[in-house]
Amino acid sequence: MAIIKSKKRLPGIHPAYHKHTMDMETAMLPVPATVSIPMLQHIGVEAVPVVKPGERVLVGQKIGDSDAPMCVPVHASVSGTVKQIGNMLTSGGKNVKTVVIEADGQQELFSAPAPVRADSREAFLQAVRESGLVGLGGAGFPTHVKLAHKDTAKVDTLIVNGAECEPYITSDYRECIEHPSDIADGIKLVMHHLGLTRCIIGIEKNKPDAIALLSKQTDQMGGVSVMPLKSLYPQGAEKVLIYCATGKILEEGQLPADCGTVVLNVSTVAELARYFRTGMPLVSRRLTIDGDAAGRPGNVMVPVGTPVRTVLEFCNTDLERCRELLMGGPMMGIAVADPDTPVVKNNNAILAFSRPQVSYSKTTACIRCGKCVRVCPVGLMPAGLERAYDNRNLPMLRKMKVNLCINCGCCSYVCPAKRDLAAKNQLAKQIIREKH
Amino acid sequence: MKNLTVAASPHIRSGNSTTRIMLDVIIALCPALIAAGIIFGLRAVALTAVCIVSCVLFEYLIRLVMKRENTIGDLSAVVTGMLLAFNLPVTFPFWMAVIGSFVAIVVVKQLFGGIGQNFANPALTARIVLFLSFSSQMTYWVEPFYYQNGTAAADAITTATPLAMLGQSGQLPDLLEMFLGLKGGCIGEVSGLAILVGGLYLIIRRVITPTIPLVYIGTVFLFAVIFDAQPVYQILSGGLMLGAFFMATDYSTSPVTELGKIIFAFGCGLITILIRMFGSYPEGVSFSILFMNILTPYIDKATMLKPLGAKYEKKRSA
Repeated sequence: MAIIKSKKRLPGIHPAYHKHTMDMETAMLPVPATVSIPMLQHIGVEAVPVVKPGERVLVGQKIGDSDAPMCVPVHASVSGTVKQIGNMLTSGGKNVKTVVIEADGQQELFSAPAPVRADSREAFLQAVRESGLVGLGGAGFPTHVKLAHKDTAKVDTLIVNGAECEPYITSDYRECIEHPSDIADGIKLVMHHLGLTRCIIGIEKNKPDAIALLSKQTDQMGGVSVMPLKSLYPQGAEKVLIYCATGKILEEGQLPADCGTVVLNVSTVAELARYFRTGMPLVSRRLTIDGDAAGRPGNVMVPVGTPVRTVLEFCNTDLERCRELLMGGPMMGIAVADPDTPVVKNNNAILAFSRPQVSYSKTTACIRCGKCVRVCPVGLMPAGLERAYDNRNLPMLRKMKVNLCINCGCCSYVCPAKRDLAAKNQLAKQIIREKH
Repeated sequence: MKNLTVAASPHIRSGNSTTRIMLDVIIALCPALIAAGIIFGLRAVALTAVCIVSCVLFEYLIRLVMKRENTIGDLSAVVTGMLLAFNLPVTFPFWMAVIGSFVAIVVVKQLFGGIGQNFANPALTARIVLFLSFSSQMTYWVEPFYYQNGTAAADAITTATPLAMLGQSGQLPDLLEMFLGLKGGCIGEVSGLAILVGGLYLIIRRVITPTIPLVYIGTVFLFAVIFDAQPVYQILSGGLMLGAFFMATDYSTSPVTELGKIIFAFGCGLITILIRMFGSYPEGVSFSILFMNILTPYIDKATMLKPLGAKYEKKRSA
């Protein structure tokens, strides 16, 4: 099976790609002096530290875990001494327990590299949990939870998300170029253990090299095909990707498994394969460093917990020049206030700008142009939702299905009156949650 | 390191703005303005200037009086002024045009909350007010190129509009002349060619979608065929082209969804042809659009989109 065509499409926008770092090979960040590893780097429950200040830890050693089902263990990304355990504001906006480790630069491994075995589905899921994997595309949903769907007979398709539709970011693309065999191995593992018969790798058409390489890599694998997707933001959004790849509509309140699919990011799949080959859990992430203030844009492999400052300094960035720092892409990324914010598992980029990319400060009246309605991939009416939110009209917000907003930001992007439509949707979801 | 900007995503925005959209509409109206200048002479340009200046001035003053933020920078008042002028005969007195500007900007637009809030198209409503107030001046049509003979507007030979001729089964003008605009009529509506050029510009710039003009003109054509009433003449006559491309597509007063736009434009077309065929007025474009403007909120409500994958609870019995 080689390349198959996508028959479906949803609305979206065409922001400038700015994929300057596509051809830049991943560089290794030298071991940072200290790392601050938050106990919550995913959607779910915070882990509890299992180490004490003063204790020596090694690379890959578990430093946080808990029995909660929605918890993912956290591992040390450097070898060194636990300096302190305190609270820290993470890029996720939460104040969470953080283990600060002073690195000794030895990068001593906790256990010698050895393949991980799993004989059953349960053992496989347990191993995935132990790997510390979360969705690396951005949302950070615990991978072992995602794979543990109940209705095993219904789920038959693995969708691998290589769309990478956000401007600037090329870290998933570099994964495809540098480690295509890891991606293929990861696909094999997931398909085998979950009994899936079909796999679709979705990649935007603006990455022809990745499409060619992965279709060659997976040529001999039964049921696996590559699907070039239209270069259109937000092509990589889970709901959009499922629809474009399979034609199935994820209904309100459903998870991908409910329409027979499992969706994993390319980097997640590759990371999974590496864990099963070496036993080394997720302790580092490839980040795209870009933006006009970044001195030397590129892709860098960074230990989890490294301060943003250290990564930017490695890329010859003058922090005094930075006026806006984004973790993630410009459409859905988070603007951080503190350059000492640590890199977490689901980060994929750090963008440094010498001036805020949104330069105006005021919004004007809605002129009812309808552009927000035409670009919304899930068919919402953002201008109407904004009005309902401003009036705190909860029944109307529910009726207009604000809960289906995927926060892609297309509405805010196109709005000629520069209204913060996407942000209002997030606030509206929040008040609806509170009223429940 | 200081002054890091923190804001909600998305952190980039398109270069689009309200001012840019209005500027595009102004650019799209320029071919019709040039055609008006050629066909009806400098007074057409002067009348347009009077409308623009008075509209902008009224917008500035009313915002000042209401202690609201000044909004003349969005250029929407310029668009209103141009559209109002385009709906007047070339001989129309300037002071009456200023009254029209007052009605458009102050009464129809700002008293209802300003840009985006008005329920009816300002220029079009002002035209109707002027038409009902100054009927003879509003229906005083002069021949094209009258100014070349050195006659003043007041002494120019009057002519009937093709629509009136259609009603009287008189000699109709040549179709090509109709398309170019060599006929009696309001200054901005006569040249179908100029309006088409402007309309295409708006569609290419994605300021409007082609739905409303196509359905509107198509509906008029279809019913003209059914009523056996010279379909091509119907399309090129009166304010249909101007109305379909520039007035019915007004954002504030037309539905947001594509289905809503189709219903809206079909209604416009149907009412236009009914007034033209059976009404006491020769022209029905302004009344039809105004009527559909009033229905727009209901059309919007009836054509709300069903989001992808939305599930609705079944209504509980009371």
